[in-house]
Amino acid sequence: MKPPRFDFVRPETIADVHDVLAQDGDEARIIAGGQSLVPMLSMRLARPKVLVDIMRIPALATIAAGNDSIKIGAGVTQTALLAWPGLSARQPLLAAALPWIGYAQTRSRGTVCGSVAHADPSAEIPLVLLALGGTVKLSSLRGKRLVAAEEFFIGMMSTACADDEFIEAVEIPTARPGHGYAFREYGRRHGDFAIVACAAVAGSRALRFVVGGVADIPAVCDLPNTDGAALDDALDAVARKLDARDDLHATAGYRRRLVRELGRAAVEEARRCRA
Amino acid sequence: MPRMSADIRHRLRFRLNGRAVEGEAEPRMLLTDFLRHALGMTGTHVGCEHGVCGACTIQIDGVPARACLALALQVDGADLRTVEGLAPQSGRLSELQQAFRRHHALQCGFCTAGILMSLDWYLRDHPDPSEAELREFLGGHLCRCTGYTPILAAALDAAKRMREAPPDA
Repeated sequence: MKPPRFDFVRPETIADVHDVLAQDGDEARIIAGGQSLVPMLSMRLARPKVLVDIMRIPALATIAAGNDSIKIGAGVTQTALLAWPGLSARQPLLAAALPWIGYAQTRSRGTVCGSVAHADPSAEIPLVLLALGGTVKLSSLRGKRLVAAEEFFIGMMSTACADDEFIEAVEIPTARPGHGYAFREYGRRHGDFAIVACAAVAGSRALRFVVGGVADIPAVCDLPNTDGAALDDALDAVARKLDARDDLHATAGYRRRLVRELGRAAVEEARRCRA
Repeated sequence: MPRMSADIRHRLRFRLNGRAVEGEAEPRMLLTDFLRHALGMTGTHVGCEHGVCGACTIQIDGVPARACLALALQVDGADLRTVEGLAPQSGRLSELQQAFRRHHALQCGFCTAGILMSLDWYLRDHPDPSEAELREFLGGHLCRCTGYTPILAAALDAAKRMREAPPDA
């Protein structure tokens, strides 16, 4: 299992990235940490003509805290974000989900934006981005644009990023006063792909629930603000509406059951954390 | 910005176990293959080649990483450590390696180099880990011989001994 042949460039500025993408378009691929792309190359699922290594661009390796969001550049690894002081105070959902991404040995090189670009249906960061209403900053020679998470993910491993664009950063809203956040995931081993992962965001009236690992993209549901049997019914309705399928890892029925069980636990924890 | 052609090999330099090394690699060459085939450093093993089994784990710039998920050209200029760099001197094993021997924490040894490189980093960062923390951390490695129990025992024992007598003291 070895990658196919490709040219390699190591731009030192964002403008250089734009130039390569403008020239080679869909035959160029960005490589950051490579934790998803290198296996795809080795399995020959991706055959780019040129790889663009963006990890030598200092401007992309920054985390910036704004008033109401955290801006995470394309060169920031998952480990670097986990180690960022104040992450759990600024956005507890992100802090709760990050340790579930792969293993310590892959988070050390895997980037936050790379996970968004890959758009695996069971990945944690796309789920968090959707739960919090984050945005993706795309840039190209044509200019920059901000795309809301709900418009960015359009299918399994398929996004709104055009051939000449790349993800320069993602912006994740910080925790809002009076809101509680919780994350739950189940896999066979810690670090395996999630069979089901979910996040709950509880406000004083609104209750947002997002489920990953079941459908092609994480499903965003705004639930009625109920509890007890009514909450069970609402979670059951979500589980039944999802297009759960049988596969090697779990049956559709098992996945629906996980949605109900993990969903209830996440909603209850999010409500306890409201403060 | 120079474009490195797929058709030829390109020079790269990095530090490996404290020594400067250099060689040439095509863009498509994985770091695992560069270490083993270009440099002859066969202590780093190749298992699944997609990041799951952990056999190829080394330390890149001080943190554990999968060598099979890095292209050789990506580590140009980096500081690497492999299992060959663990023993403090010829004929003397590190505290962690000694604990693996005492506890029979390996049988075939295929996974061992990767686990040692992970634990070497982890125990420096977490000198007093719980068994549960170690179990979660070792989730990033597959061992098909031991059932993991002797590996956990070796890691806990090595941690205890290093707390009592830090290796740098």
